[in-house]
Amino acid sequence: MRQQFTSLEAHGFESPTTQSAFSSSISSSSATDRRLKALARHLVDASPVMDSHSQNPNDTVSPSPTSSAFHADSVFAHIVRAPEDPILGVTVAYNKDPSPVKLNLGVGAYRTEEGKPLVLNVVRQAEQQLVNDRSRVKEYLPIVGLAEYNKLSAKLILGADSPAIQENRVTTVQCLSGTGSLRVGGEFLARHYHQLTIYIPLPTWGNHPKVFTLAGLSVKTYRYYDPATRGLDFQGLLEDLGSAPSGAIVLLHACAHNPTGVDPTIQQWEQIRQLMRSKALLPFFDSAYQGFASGSLDADAQPVRMFVADGGECLVAQSYAKNMGLYGERVGALSIVCKSADVASRVESQLKLVIRPMYSSPPIHGASIVATILKDRNLYTEWTIELKAMADRIISMRQQLFDALRARGTPGDWSHIIKQIGMFTFTGLNSEQVAFMTRQYHVYMTSDGRISMAGLSSRTVPHLADAIHAAVTSFA
Amino acid sequence: MSTSTKALNRLGWWDRVSPASKDPITGVTEAFLADTNPHKINLGVGAYRDDEGKPVVLQCVRNAEAKIAGCDFINVGRESNATAVGSKLVEESVKLAYGKDANVVKEGTLAGLQALSGTGACRLFAEFQRRFHPESPIYFPDPTWPNHPNIWRDAQVPVRTFQYYHPVSKGLNFAALMDDIKNAPDASFFLLHPCAHNPTGVDPTAEQWREISYQFKVKSHFPFFDVAYQGFASGDLDMDAQAIRIFLEDGHLIGCAQSFAKNMGLYGHRVGCLSVLCADAKQAVAVKSQLQQIARAMYSNPPIHGLLLVSTILSDPETKALWVKEVKVMANRIQQMRSTLRESLEKLASPLNWEHITKQVGMFCFSGLTADQVDRLVREFHIYLTRDGRMSMAGVTTSNVSYLANAIHEVTRYN
Repeated sequence: MRQQFTSLEAHGFESPTTQSAFSSSISSSSATDRRLKALARHLVDASPVMDSHSQNPNDTVSPSPTSSAFHADSVFAHIVRAPEDPILGVTVAYNKDPSPVKLNLGVGAYRTEEGKPLVLNVVRQAEQQLVNDRSRVKEYLPIVGLAEYNKLSAKLILGADSPAIQENRVTTVQCLSGTGSLRVGGEFLARHYHQLTIYIPLPTWGNHPKVFTLAGLSVKTYRYYDPATRGLDFQGLLEDLGSAPSGAIVLLHACAHNPTGVDPTIQQWEQIRQLMRSKALLPFFDSAYQGFASGSLDADAQPVRMFVADGGECLVAQSYAKNMGLYGERVGALSIVCKSADVASRVESQLKLVIRPMYSSPPIHGASIVATILKDRNLYTEWTIELKAMADRIISMRQQLFDALRARGTPGDWSHIIKQIGMFTFTGLNSEQVAFMTRQYHVYMTSDGRISMAGLSSRTVPHLADAIHAAVTSFA
Repeated sequence: MSTSTKALNRLGWWDRVSPASKDPITGVTEAFLADTNPHKINLGVGAYRDDEGKPVVLQCVRNAEAKIAGCDFINVGRESNATAVGSKLVEESVKLAYGKDANVVKEGTLAGLQALSGTGACRLFAEFQRRFHPESPIYFPDPTWPNHPNIWRDAQVPVRTFQYYHPVSKGLNFAALMDDIKNAPDASFFLLHPCAHNPTGVDPTAEQWREISYQFKVKSHFPFFDVAYQGFASGDLDMDAQAIRIFLEDGHLIGCAQSFAKNMGLYGHRVGCLSVLCADAKQAVAVKSQLQQIARAMYSNPPIHGLLLVSTILSDPETKALWVKEVKVMANRIQQMRSTLRESLEKLASPLNWEHITKQVGMFCFSGLTADQVDRLVREFHIYLTRDGRMSMAGVTTSNVSYLANAIHEVTRYN
């Protein structure tokens, strides 16, 4: 509640002329004196300091607005606390738990066998190179980011020999990881595209609908996950995309679908591509796990390259959070593949207008690391090896968990654990079972049954298997 | 396939996208970079240069970077420590703006969030303002940094201005400013530059700030400070925060966007802080949670490297003392260039009054040059500045100041 102040006008203090007369009469006193006198003139009550300006002794006296006893209420007093982000909320709960056997399978961040976060060797080397180079400066990057980094990123996702790149039809802008790339892309579409509906798979990463809604798009879903098979609901997908209005935007997870780990086969991708092109649906790829899913950068980029190969247009959001372990540095890129070089250039100029009022220009550090690695043949090769090691460890965890459940005779078909790909497994466990596992076994995961395989190790697999076994047998 | 789909296939979706106009500020740098003339001078973007015209990486920054590179713990905790690092950054930033002994700092009655430099902090606030006061416009000083209206417009907040600069005196139009504050509807949102106003370099005096603060109380206005140049106005970090401290004393619950781009030379790292003062700690928690939500749908978090650099510098007494010295050196050099440029113009017997060069404060000089005169400076002398006549004094050096003075004299002598 804001207090109402009697305005200066009510005190007879009205016009600019009065103002200047007031100012000129006080030139000799100290700053504090002047201020006190100014305040005193605005008080209504009969005090010795009051002069002839004040009119009405019967007015209620409000406390002087600048007295230290006064504190206006905040203009944001009506705000309620926003709900915790469900994914980050899992980590918060995990951190509070004192149990020595607690397991965090919430956030999709890679962990080593020892359960520690990993800084890749190539990243350390690249960072050292940057620090040692005394000629490097910290000036603003251009609005579109580091040019070298943009070129290298486009090559990474589209392929070095991509005709779209050779024909200069691709505009790539550095953004803040996947989230930033999606948001900038969404805002661009909301301003310049004619069909403001985006279709996202059901389920999808929890932040997707928020990012696109705030960007100004209307969000709809298409069927994706089939709980019965714990695999792809391909029929449902084709039906829903088939009945989408012509020109609608469609969000596609390039590989390692989050949260399910369920990806279409290459044949299914081809069908999706044909359907989408026939209905002029606009593909918007979210590529957060290139190299992380299968261990091969090229294999994981196949779906994106298929769409680009047919000469059509699309958007691609890239993230280096996972595949280079640069989570905190917020490194990503948005590429828009256009019909012609001229169009790409105009599109780029409009992307700048989205970025400048958002954060002016992207951060220099993470992109410099990525560029250093991608352009150096040795570092690049080393990176692919480290990347494969991470992907292989996750694949091995999948196998171990599957074997452990089979060994325990846990009821149900758990083959989806080894069929699904990438960091996450959609276990199929329901929220009751999940809550039980958290309570009894201190296993932390999102209530949709998603577990981050990266959070597992050979040491902790048995504990998780026990927890799942208990949950499934207690709550059928 | 229909004819329209055929046309679509041929022309694609973006054929109708028109080319956007160049950003007035970054466009200047682009043009400068493309120029091959050996005498070229860049007075466009507000980025500090040393007396050789070179960008500077502060020693305190190099020290902090060496520390960070050598520290395994910090490296390993890159993403899981993001929250802790962010909180540390906020803690140190607000001490800088509000004073380390300020009640709001000690009692934690503020919502603070690390942000993508000043722009990012402003944008977060603009989105937040829109969410909870959807009908309220924002008032900017006329003129202001050109990106301000873009930021609030993209957040869908209506934009208004209040009078500020007096083109004849090249100083503050205080009477008109006070009028506009009084005439604005009660409880309006105002953006204020607490020091080193961009682009004019014209700042209110302490006394004038007190008057403004008082009037803000009477009108229940919301003061939002864009703190981009703390340290660059007087060379003294606390002195430059005087306006903020005055408002704090008067009990205002302000908002503040801080940038470390200029005063720490961390331009490319995008490090800043948004803080909103609240009535109590509970409200602060609520407000912060809302800000986090807005950030999460835009980019999640700012990059950790920059946050680490700033919090390392501010939390280590030795490094911080070094930083304070380096800020003073930068501010002093700029003041020196102001004096030299003014003297040079007066020595050339320029018919115009150039007092404002030394009266104005901070990185910029609002020269008073017309767009035509600016165009001549660019075309004939390869001197680059924005068409509103704003010159970044940071781009002036002892070796180019004579050339600059001569050029300005040339384009202004016959008016």
